[in-house]
Amino acid sequence: MNSWLIKNARDLQGKDVDLAVANGQIVHVKELHHQYSELDAKGLTLMPGLVDLHTHLREPGREDAETVFTASQAAVAGGYTAISAMPNTLPVADTAGVVEQVYRLGKSHGLCDVFPIGAVTVGQKGEQLAELVAMNQSEARVRIFSDDGYCVADPLVMRRALEYVKLFDGVVAQHAQDPRLTENAQMNEGEVSARLGLKGWPAVAEEAIIARDILLAEHVNSRLHICHLTTAGGVELVRQAKLRGVKVTAEVTPHHLLLTDEMAATYDATYKVNPPLRTESDVQALRRGLADGTIDIVATDHAPHPQEAKDCEWSAAAFGMLGLETAFSICYLAIVKSGLLSLADLWQRMSIAPAKLARYENHGELTVGRTANFVLVDLNKSWKVDAGALKSKSKNTPYDGMELPAVVEKTFHNGVLVYDRENQGREGA
Amino acid sequence: MRDLLSINDLTKDDALEILDTAVQLSALSDSSNRKFPTLRGRTVVNLFFEDSTRTRISFEAAAKRLSADVINFSAKGSSVSKGESLKDTALTLQAMGADAVIIRHGSSGAPAQLARKRWIDGAVINAGDGTHEHPTQALLDAFTIRRHLKKDQGDLAGLKIAVVGDVLHSRVARSNVLLLQKLGATVVLVAPPTLLPVGVEHWGAQVSFAIDDVIAECDAVMMLRVQKERMEDLFFPSEREYARNFGLNAARIAEMKESAIVMHPGPMNRGLEITAEGADSKRSVIVEQVANGVSVRMAVLYLLIGGATSRDLAAQIGDQS
Ligand SMILES: [Zn+2]
Repeated sequence: MNSWLIKNARDLQGKDVDLAVANGQIVHVKELHHQYSELDAKGLTLMPGLVDLHTHLREPGREDAETVFTASQAAVAGGYTAISAMPNTLPVADTAGVVEQVYRLGKSHGLCDVFPIGAVTVGQKGEQLAELVAMNQSEARVRIFSDDGYCVADPLVMRRALEYVKLFDGVVAQHAQDPRLTENAQMNEGEVSARLGLKGWPAVAEEAIIARDILLAEHVNSRLHICHLTTAGGVELVRQAKLRGVKVTAEVTPHHLLLTDEMAATYDATYKVNPPLRTESDVQALRRGLADGTIDIVATDHAPHPQEAKDCEWSAAAFGMLGLETAFSICYLAIVKSGLLSLADLWQRMSIAPAKLARYENHGELTVGRTANFVLVDLNKSWKVDAGALKSKSKNTPYDGMELPAVVEKTFHNGVLVYDRENQGREGA
Repeated sequence: MRDLLSINDLTKDDALEILDTAVQLSALSDSSNRKFPTLRGRTVVNLFFEDSTRTRISFEAAAKRLSADVINFSAKGSSVSKGESLKDTALTLQAMGADAVIIRHGSSGAPAQLARKRWIDGAVINAGDGTHEHPTQALLDAFTIRRHLKKDQGDLAGLKIAVVGDVLHSRVARSNVLLLQKLGATVVLVAPPTLLPVGVEHWGAQVSFAIDDVIAECDAVMMLRVQKERMEDLFFPSEREYARNFGLNAARIAEMKESAIVMHPGPMNRGLEITAEGADSKRSVIVEQVANGVSVRMAVLYLLIGGATSRDLAAQIGDQS
């Protein structure tokens, strides 16, 4: 069943399109031979598969929260054909051995591509560089390095990492959080934290690191990527740096495009996330930044946690929320429905741009000869989020019960139908 | 009103009803020291995840004077760990059939969570959560102020009250700012800038960095406890410097209005935020605050789980006398 003719779909511009797939690749319709399945995609929009550069898969070490398999299932249900495994696992993905293990797990499940991100420093301790070249030259071909969850706080370590990854055109993805300014921090510092008596995580703790790292990247002429930007000030720093020609890119999560720190007033730890939800004016600045290209991509920061890590008092709860299965709908709601970007432009920031940034050659494009990684989405339908029905092993979504626009109907990876909403799962092999 | 988690749960009328009820109850307690049968057969649980003997004893006394059965559940030091502990403890209490759970917890929002998740059916009363709120403390403070400066009548309009010290970490300050302003008073927060939260400008209170600028015009001065560990976190350079600039001493007391009172939620750090002269001066109502705490907590329990209003109490008193 690996040959397909997708008929009557619409492309990102709204034009009618047919797509032929054979042997995992996109081919000319006339190249299709006798045995293929025909799929009438009337009313559906056909687009390149989404690409996530910030995913917590939890395996190895925390398989109670998520595994490579369940994360892959969640990914394809959300329209992703490639995800990037953050290294904060047990053990930390700071060696060729661990990144290869994760890469092979992803490959063996075969639902989507799982590209490991390597740790910048040994054990993510921020002291000593991990063997970055070994990870890059491993089967996993690691191109992005991050100590995500922790900030590479020591300026000298950050400088060396930025310089060193030039060896193989790598990029350092910084989780920008000054550790001293955020000790035991619980939520955005401002009006709401003052009222709730929760310790503040000030915007300046993020912006100070962004500013420093931009200057370092400029000084050594390296590529820098800022993870999950959350503040208006951070957007402005990146905007100015880009104007100067600094090789800096930035991402924003769907939740920071929609939710504000007011959600913490419920003390429901589902809304506890790092970096924290910010204010309405930050949300607006992030949306504008994504629209004008200051922010290059959307990344989920999908962070599964078992129920007991959230069903407790706020300060004891874990940081993070699910993202993969709701990301497109949330962005469609926040960015396209609000009139800031066209569908094609949103897709550029969720598929094409991340694929290019990470050098994932088989993603983000749908031309003849390319790998058939694509999705079919119904933009006219909506769906109600049911935390219990999500594919992810964890249920910590902030959108439970919400009615969201845009339904991912089918996801194809390497020409194989890996997610079919009608049949709720995987078809073919 | 089902729970008392924050002063925000109360309207001005609710708050006044609690104060009026407390006035009646205190009058009766003073005269006879007898028990009221109102909560006979009801179970009140003191669920304390943090040590606070004075608050626990105060609630216990209040519940017992209303004839409730009291269970003291000290979660501190037991096998309680992070995570599920709050939920598991709540489910245990639910199984015991608690009508009210009085919870003290080190985490801001823990009582709100207990109430929101409805792990228990009983009323949840916040007895201090992290650096969030301590509503019954604010109620007893308002009661004390009203008794001295308004003869137990009406609201607190026209009064100016200084809250001095570690506002940033103080649940007492948060609840008092909300309640005193709700009752019409003007609140001025006095603290070094390091001990005021970012966002304090939204509280509606005045802010001053100099106690000497405001002390002469205040009707009450409420001193907050300052923990010595704050010094290590760089909030102020030394105890001496703090005491010199923000401590209540004899010279400052001499500047106060004739009628003005000195308050402290306790326990005090004598020599740091208040000198012995301050604590023991005739303006000090600190000991009285403790007694008023029992009356106010009786009123809260009475109104929250007694299924009654202050009018019922008046009728009841009428019947018995
Ligand atoms: Zn991060």
